[in-house]
Amino acid sequence: MNVVKVAGKNNKHKVLVYALSTCAWCKMTKKFLKDNDVEYEYVDVDLCSQEDHEKIRKDIEKKGGHASFPTLIIDDKKLITGFRKDLIKEALEL
Amino acid sequence: MISLEKVRQRAESDAKTYGYYLNSDPEFLNDLLEGLRKNEERYGYPSCPCRVATGNLELDRDIICPCDYRDPDVAEFGTCYCALYVRKDVVEGKTSLMPIPERRPLEKQARAYAVTAEKIAEKTAATTTKTEQPRSEVRKKLWYCRQCGYVVYREDPPYVCPICKAKREMFAEIAVRVDLAG
Ligand code: SF4
Repeated sequence: MNVVKVAGKNNKHKVLVYALSTCAWCKMTKKFLKDNDVEYEYVDVDLCSQEDHEKIRKDIEKKGGHASFPTLIIDDKKLITGFRKDLIKEALEL
Repeated sequence: MISLEKVRQRAESDAKTYGYYLNSDPEFLNDLLEGLRKNEERYGYPSCPCRVATGNLELDRDIICPCDYRDPDVAEFGTCYCALYVRKDVVEGKTSLMPIPERRPLEKQARAYAVTAEKIAEKTAATTTKTEQPRSEVRKKLWYCRQCGYVVYREDPPYVCPICKAKREMFAEIAVRVDLAG
């Protein structure tokens, strides 16, 4: 699985973004994190193998979500579906 | 290969036909059109840039742009799931653009994943005998609009009739009987 790491000074929380390379909301989410200097990792799910794809779906479902994109996972437990700026700000204390 | 300009023209003329508008943020719009172009190149049809496609036309039919969910989503939220097509009040800034919930039924998503899982299972255990029917089967039917007579051959009737704009409830299934006798 190709996990891309984006460096940032704001690294209080562990942030993982499941995204699609073609999705504009996903791109905005990445940009928002970058603009706020948040350190995060992302995976472009549509570019993954089918095996990885299954793994990602199971991971999201295990954490109580459905595989829709973007999905953010914060500190391995808190899940945010969609580019919800308000929820992201709150969870990351921005 | 399809050009970005072609994708744009197609979306523009479709928006006009249905009385919608395209996202007014040029960068946002460009990203979406580029996503559609890329999907058309990958799969042979412009599947939704914000959803996972399988590459299997039968399973992706409902998420080919404009998807089945656009009309009810624009009506209810002012925007389609990706925010490519929006309503007038959104373009005018009277209603703000927000991410909306996914309307695509879970069972349709699950079916796409079932195919993936089946493929993986086949790959890893090619010797096991299969007794179960694949869950991924798509069963199409004939539907007609009781208001204008429009007929469509698909799994589910559309949310809105593309011809006369009647609601889904106006559609009825056509029972087909094949009689071979005399
Ligand atoms: S959500 Fe919008 S962009 Fe995506 S397929 Fe539907 S109409 Fe097209």
